[in-house]
Amino acid sequence: MTAYAWLLVALPLAGAAVLLLGGKRTNAWGHLLGTAMSLGSFGVGVATLIEMLAKTAEERETIIHLWDWIVVGTFHVPVALQLDQLSISFVLLITGVGSLIHIYSIGYMAHDENRRKFFAYLNLFIAAMLVLVLANNYMLLYVGWEGVGLASYLLIGFWIHKPSAATAAKKAFVVNRVGDVGLSLAVMLMFTAFGTVTFGEVNAAAESASTQTATWIGLALLLAACGKSAQFPLQSWLLDAMEGPTPVSALIHAATMVTAGVYLIARSHAIYDIAPIAQTAVIVIGGITLIMGAIIGTAKDDIKKGLAGSTMSQIGYMILGVGLGPVGYVFALFHLITHGFFKAGMFLGAGSVMHGMHDDVNMRHYGNLRTAMKITYATFGMGFLAIIGIPPFAGFWSKDEIIRAAFSHSPLTGIVTLIGAGITAFYMTRMMAMTFFGTARWQDDVHPHESPKSMTIPMMILSIGSAFGGMLLLFVANIESWLEPVVGFEHAHGGPDSSVLIPVTLTIVAIGAMMGWVQYAKREVPLLAPTDVSIFTKAARADLYGDTFNEAVFMRPGQYLTRSLVYVDNKVVDGVVNGTAGLVGVVAAQLRRTQTGFVRSYALVMVLGVVVIGAIAAIVGMA
Amino acid sequence: MSSALIADITAPSVNYYMLAPILIVLGGAVLSVLVEAFYPRESRRSAQIALVLTTLVVAFLAVLNIKVDAILGFTIVNSLAIDGVSVFLQGLIILSALVGALLISENRIDPLGDAFAAQSSALPGSEDELAFTERGWYQTEIWSLFLFSVGGMLIFPIANDLLTLFVALEVMSLPLYLLVGMARRRRLLSQEAALKYFVLGAFSSAFMLYGSALVYGFANSVELGDIAKALSASAANSNLMLVGGIFILIGLLFKVGAAPFHQWTPDVYQGAPTAITAFMSAGTKVAAFGALLRVFYVALSGLAWDLSAVLWAIAIITMLVGTIIGVAQSDIKRMLAYSSIAHAGFLLLGVIAQSKAALDGSLFYLAGYAFTSLGAFAVVSLVRDASGEANHLGQWAGLGKRSPVIASVFTLFLLALAGIPLTSGFVGKFAVFAAAYEKGLAPLVVVAVIASAIAGFFYVRVIVLMFFTDASGDEVSVVVPSFATAAAITITAVVTIVLGVIPQPVFDLLSNALFLK
Repeated sequence: MTAYAWLLVALPLAGAAVLLLGGKRTNAWGHLLGTAMSLGSFGVGVATLIEMLAKTAEERETIIHLWDWIVVGTFHVPVALQLDQLSISFVLLITGVGSLIHIYSIGYMAHDENRRKFFAYLNLFIAAMLVLVLANNYMLLYVGWEGVGLASYLLIGFWIHKPSAATAAKKAFVVNRVGDVGLSLAVMLMFTAFGTVTFGEVNAAAESASTQTATWIGLALLLAACGKSAQFPLQSWLLDAMEGPTPVSALIHAATMVTAGVYLIARSHAIYDIAPIAQTAVIVIGGITLIMGAIIGTAKDDIKKGLAGSTMSQIGYMILGVGLGPVGYVFALFHLITHGFFKAGMFLGAGSVMHGMHDDVNMRHYGNLRTAMKITYATFGMGFLAIIGIPPFAGFWSKDEIIRAAFSHSPLTGIVTLIGAGITAFYMTRMMAMTFFGTARWQDDVHPHESPKSMTIPMMILSIGSAFGGMLLLFVANIESWLEPVVGFEHAHGGPDSSVLIPVTLTIVAIGAMMGWVQYAKREVPLLAPTDVSIFTKAARADLYGDTFNEAVFMRPGQYLTRSLVYVDNKVVDGVVNGTAGLVGVVAAQLRRTQTGFVRSYALVMVLGVVVIGAIAAIVGMA
Repeated sequence: MSSALIADITAPSVNYYMLAPILIVLGGAVLSVLVEAFYPRESRRSAQIALVLTTLVVAFLAVLNIKVDAILGFTIVNSLAIDGVSVFLQGLIILSALVGALLISENRIDPLGDAFAAQSSALPGSEDELAFTERGWYQTEIWSLFLFSVGGMLIFPIANDLLTLFVALEVMSLPLYLLVGMARRRRLLSQEAALKYFVLGAFSSAFMLYGSALVYGFANSVELGDIAKALSASAANSNLMLVGGIFILIGLLFKVGAAPFHQWTPDVYQGAPTAITAFMSAGTKVAAFGALLRVFYVALSGLAWDLSAVLWAIAIITMLVGTIIGVAQSDIKRMLAYSSIAHAGFLLLGVIAQSKAALDGSLFYLAGYAFTSLGAFAVVSLVRDASGEANHLGQWAGLGKRSPVIASVFTLFLLALAGIPLTSGFVGKFAVFAAAYEKGLAPLVVVAVIASAIAGFFYVRVIVLMFFTDASGDEVSVVVPSFATAAAITITAVVTIVLGVIPQPVFDLLSNALFLK
C-alpha cells in the first residue's frame, strides 16, 4: 500500500477538482463524493499504517519519490512523500477527524445552497494539509502550507455575504502572510547554509552547522509557526476566524491546520537541538500564548470564541512542549492528537447547540440545555473532562506529561503550565455551566432540539476518542517509542515526582472548576454581560488588546506610510509622468503637422533629409 | 554574329537547387497569369487561391531542403548569395506570405466580397463600379501580382550585386503599388495612397540607382564583395564612394520606413486594403531589412565609421518620430504604421552594431515583428461598422466587453509590439539592445528604451480603451472571421507567444546565419 501513498493526496484533490470544475451539475451528489474521497484517503492511511506496523522501527521511514520538481545546478527539489511514524500519525488525525467532520457537515450544511462548494473546499483543505505533513522537504511543505492557508481563507469567508466573515478571512490571510515570510526566510537560509531543503539532508547537515545559523533558521521557523498556529504575537486572526461555518472551526481552526506550527518545529528538531536561544524563544512564546488564550477564554460569551481562546491556549502548551527539546517533542505531539479529538468534539458540540438555538452563539442565551440535548451534553461533557485533565480522560495523560517535562526544564515553566491548567478548568467549567446547567435563558422563539444522526454520530465517535484516546495511545500504542525514531525522546529528569505533581495539578484544576461552578451554575447569569467589571475582565474581553496592538503598531503606521506614498505618487511621480506625457503630446501635435498629406512635401522632406545627411557626413569626414 | 564571338561567352552556372524557392514562386506567378487568361471567371478565384497556397507551401519546402551547413555559395555569376541569412529570411518571407495570402483570400468579412475592388478600372462611385459589384466579380489579378511581389522579396535580401538589388527592389515594389490602390472601400484614399507610394518609391529608387553608378565609378564593380575589397584597398576617403553609399542607403531606408524617408508609411498603411497592409508590414520590412543588413555588413563595413554619425542620427530620429507622432494618432492603422516606423528605428541599432549577436538579434526581431504585425492587422480587419472597417480609435472603446476573445488577442499583439516579457517582441528587443550595448552604443540604447516607454503609452492606451472604457454607442461589430482569417490570427498569436516563451530554438537555428562575403 505504501507505493500507493500518493492516493492519500490525490483522492481529496480529485474530489475538489470534480466539485469545483463540475459546477452545479455536481450539486446533487457533491457532498457524498467529498465525504467518500476523504474516507478513501483515511482508508489508504489505515492500510499504510498496518503495513508500517509490520516493519521494525528503523525501517519504517519510507521516501516515495514521485517526480523531480526543481533541478537547477546542484539545487534539487523532488516532489516526494515521506512516510514515517510522525507523518502517518498526522495523516490518520487529518483524514480521520476530517472524515467525521465531512459526515457532520452533510447535516450541518444541509440547507446551505453552496454546500457543494463547501465540500470542495474541505477536500481541498484535506489534500493541502496532507501535502504539508507528507512532504519530504521544506519547499513541498511550503506548497501545503500555502494550500491550507488558501483553504482556510476560502472557508472562513465561506459566508461571504456577511461583511464580518469577509473581513475575518482577509485578516487571517494577511496575518498568515507575516508568518509565511518566516517560512520562506527559513527555506532560503537553509538553502544558503546547507544547499538543500530536504528534511533528511537538513537534519544531517544541522549537526555540523554553526549555532548562529541554526538560531536564525529556528527563529524564522518559529515566526512561521506563530502565524499558522495563532501564537503570540500573531494570534489575533484565530478569534475572528470563528466567522466560518462551525465544522471548519472544528477541523481547521482546532484539530489540524493550527497545529501545523507544532509539526513544523517537531520536524525541524535537529535545528532546535543545537540552538538553545531559539528553543527558549519557542518556550517563551508558548508560555505567553497559553496564559493569554486561557485568559481570553474566561471572558468570552460567544461559545465559539471561547473555544478559540482555548485552542490558542492548548496550542501554547504544545509549542511550549516542543520547545523543551527531546523531553517534550513526543508529549507535545501526544497532546496535539488528543486535543484533536476533544477540541473537534467540543466544536462539533457547539455547532450542534447552535443548530438547535437558531445559530445563536451567545452563551448567556443558553442554560439548562442538558435536558433538551442529551447527546450533545454527554459528548461535550467528555471533551470537557478531557480538556481540564481529569483522569482517565485523554487530556489528563498528555497534559500531565507536558507539565512534568516543563518542571524538569525549570520551575518557572512548570508553574506557568500549572496556572494555565487552573484557568483552563475555570473557563471550561464556566462554558459548561452557562450552556448546559443553570436556568434556561432561551430567547422567545427558540426551541432547542437534538441534532440529526449525521451530526451526533461523529460527535459520539470523537467523544470516545476524548475518553479513551489518551490511554490507548500511551499504553497500547506506546507513543513514546513509536515517535522516538523520528523526533528523539528522553525521560524527564529533575523536578517534582509524579506522585507529588499529579495531586497538585488535580487540586489546582479542582479549585478552578469550583470557582467556575459557583459563579456560573449556582448564581444567576445575567442576560446582558455586566459592564461594571474589573479592568482585567475588560482586557480579556478585548482579546487582551491584541487587535489594538496590531492597529497601533502595524496598521496605522502602515496606513500612514501608504498614504504618504500615494501622495508622493500623485504629486511627484505622476507629476513627472504627466508632465512628460503632456510634453510628448505637445511635441506630437506639432510634428504631426509635417504629415501634410501632400506628396510634394514628402518628397521635399526626403530631399532635405538627404542634404542634412550629406552635411553630417561631410562634417564628420572633415573632422 | 560570328561564331567566334559566341564562343567567348561562357554560360553562367546556375545552381537550381539553391534557387528553387525563387524559381517556384516566380513560376507560380507565371502560372497564375495563365490561370487568369484561361480559367472561366466563376472558378478563377478558387483556382488562384489554390495555386498560390500550393506554390508557397512548395517553396517553403524547397527552403527547408537547402542544407544550411552544407552547400552554400554564390550563383549566376555571383549575383545571388545563398548563405545562412538568406535561407532564414527566405523562409520567413514565405511564411509571412502564407499568412498574408490567408488574409487576402478572406471574403466573408465584407458582405460585398473580398477586400479588393470588384474591378479596379471602374471609376470610384460610378455606375460601372456598382454594376461590377452587383455581379459579384472579383479582381483575381491580385494573386499574380502578389506572387510576383513575393518573388521580388525573395531576391531582394540575397542580391549580391547592386544591379540585381535594384531589379529585385522593383520586382517587389511595382506589384505592391498596384495592390495598395485596389481597396474595395474608400477607394479614393486607396488610390491616393498608391500614387504617393509610387511617386516616392520612384524618387527613392532614383537615389539608389544613382548611388550604384557612383559606387561603380569608385570600385569598378557592382558586386558587394568587390566593393568591400576596393574600400579596404583605398587609403584615402573617397567622396565618390561616400556619396554613392549614402544614396544606396537612402533607397533601402525608404523601403524600411526610416525617418526622414518614412512619410509614405502612414498614408499607405491607412489607404491600402488591410490584408495588403499586413503583408507589406511583414514581408517588405523583412526583405528590406535583409537587404540593408547585407549591403551594410558585406559591402559598406569599411565605410562604417564614416557613416556612423549619419546612421545614429537616422536611428534616433526614426525612433522618436515613430513613437512621438504615434501618440497623436486617432486611426488604428496609422497608429500601427507609426509603430512600424519606431520598430524600424529599433532595428537600425542591429544594423549599426555590426556583430554576430546584433545580426542574430535583428533576424529574431524581424521574425517576431513579422508575425505580430500580421496578426495585429488581421484583427484590425475584423472590427467593422456598416461602412467598412472601424479604424477610428474611438470606435474601439468597450470592445473588450463585447468581444473578449478578439480584444484579448489584440492585447497580446499590442503587448508584443510594446516589448513586454513573455512575448516575441521582448526577446527581439532585448537581443538587439543588448548587442548594441555590447558594441558601445549605450546612448542609442538609452534613446531606444525611452522611445519604447513612449510607444508603450499608445499601445496601452488601446488596451485601456478596449477594456476599461464604455462603448461610445456607435454600431461597431466584430465580424466572425472565416477559417482563413481565424487560422492566420491563431498562427500569429501562437508564434508571438512561443517565440516569447521559448526563443532558444530560433537562436540555435540562427547560429548558422552568417553572411557570405
